[in-house]
Amino acid sequence: MDVKDNIQNKADFPGQVHQTPGGGVLISKLDEVINWARANSLWPLVFGTSCCAIEMMSTASAKYDWSRFGFEVARATPRQADVIIIAGTIVNKMAPVLKRLYDQMPDPKYVIAMGACATSGGPFFYNTYSVVKGADHVIPVDVYIAGCPPRPEALIHALIALQNKIKAGGNIDKIHIEKQ
Amino acid sequence: MTNDELKIKISESFPSSTFEEGTEWITMLIDSTTWKDVALELSNSLLFDFLFCVTCVDWKTHLTMVYHLRSTTQKHIVVVKAKLDRENPRIATVSDIWRTAEFHEREAYDLFGVQFIGHPDLRRLFLTDDYEGFPLRKDFEDPVNMIKL
Repeated sequence: MDVKDNIQNKADFPGQVHQTPGGGVLISKLDEVINWARANSLWPLVFGTSCCAIEMMSTASAKYDWSRFGFEVARATPRQADVIIIAGTIVNKMAPVLKRLYDQMPDPKYVIAMGACATSGGPFFYNTYSVVKGADHVIPVDVYIAGCPPRPEALIHALIALQNKIKAGGNIDKIHIEKQ
Repeated sequence: MTNDELKIKISESFPSSTFEEGTEWITMLIDSTTWKDVALELSNSLLFDFLFCVTCVDWKTHLTMVYHLRSTTQKHIVVVKAKLDRENPRIATVSDIWRTAEFHEREAYDLFGVQFIGHPDLRRLFLTDDYEGFPLRKDFEDPVNMIKL
C-alpha cells in the first residue's frame, strides 16, 4: 500500500472518528491509540560502529528517506530516543558503552540488530578474541536484520516490522529484564 | 631517486646490509641490534622523514619487525626488516626519531608483545590494561571466545 493512501484512508488508525457538528468524536481503545502513536514516531538513536552505519545513513538520506515512516528524528542522545539501531560490530570494548546507552534510554525502548555482526558476530571475524557474538549477549533485541550489509530496503522493512510489533500490542512488559 | 640509485646509496652507508630480491621497494634485512644506528643514518643522511608503517609478523619460529619509510622531499621509499627472538622480542625504539612510532610501537607491543627499549610510554593501546596475552601471535589461545580450527 502506498504511503499516501495510508495517510488518506487512515488505514491503520485504531479507532473511528465520527464527524459531528462542532467537531469530531473519537471512539477507540486508549492502549491502541497510544501504541499507534508510538509506532508512528519512533526516534532512532544514532549508533553506528561499522559499515552498516553507512547503510543506515543512506536509509536516512533523500533516496530512501525513512522520515516517510516516522523515523524522522535521529537523536544523538539516548535520552530522547525510542529505538536503538545497532549498526555494526560490537566488540568487547564497545559492549559496556552499548549497555550504558541502552540503560539511559527511557522506556518504552526497542532494539534492532542490523546486519550479521550485530546478530551473530559477523560473517568473517566471529572467531576472534575481540568480537561479541551478537548484540543480544549484551541487550535484548526486538528485530534482527540479515545481510552483510543489509540494503536500506531491508532496514526499512525491519523498522516496519517493529512498528507492526508495537501496534500489535507489544507493551514494555513484554521485554522483561531481570533487574538484579 | 630510483630504486637502483637508492640501493647503491644504502650499500655505501651500510656495506654489511643485505637486500631482498624481487620486491617493489628496496627491502633491507638488518640485525635487530643495529636498528637504532641504521634508523638514525636513514633519517639524517638519506632524508627519510616519514615512517608510514610499523608492523610485526609472526613466523612461528621468530618475529619480524617491518618498518616502511618514505622521504617526503626525495620521494623514495625503503622497507627495513629485522628478525627478533620469539621468546624475548626486544628492539630499540625509534619514537625519538619519528614521533609517529610511539603509537605504532605501542600497537606492536599490545598485539605481539614486542619490547621496545627506550620507549617513553610502553603500554597497551587497543586492549585493556588487564588483558592477558598477545592476540595476534600464532600460538594465542582464547578458549572463551575462539573455536580451535
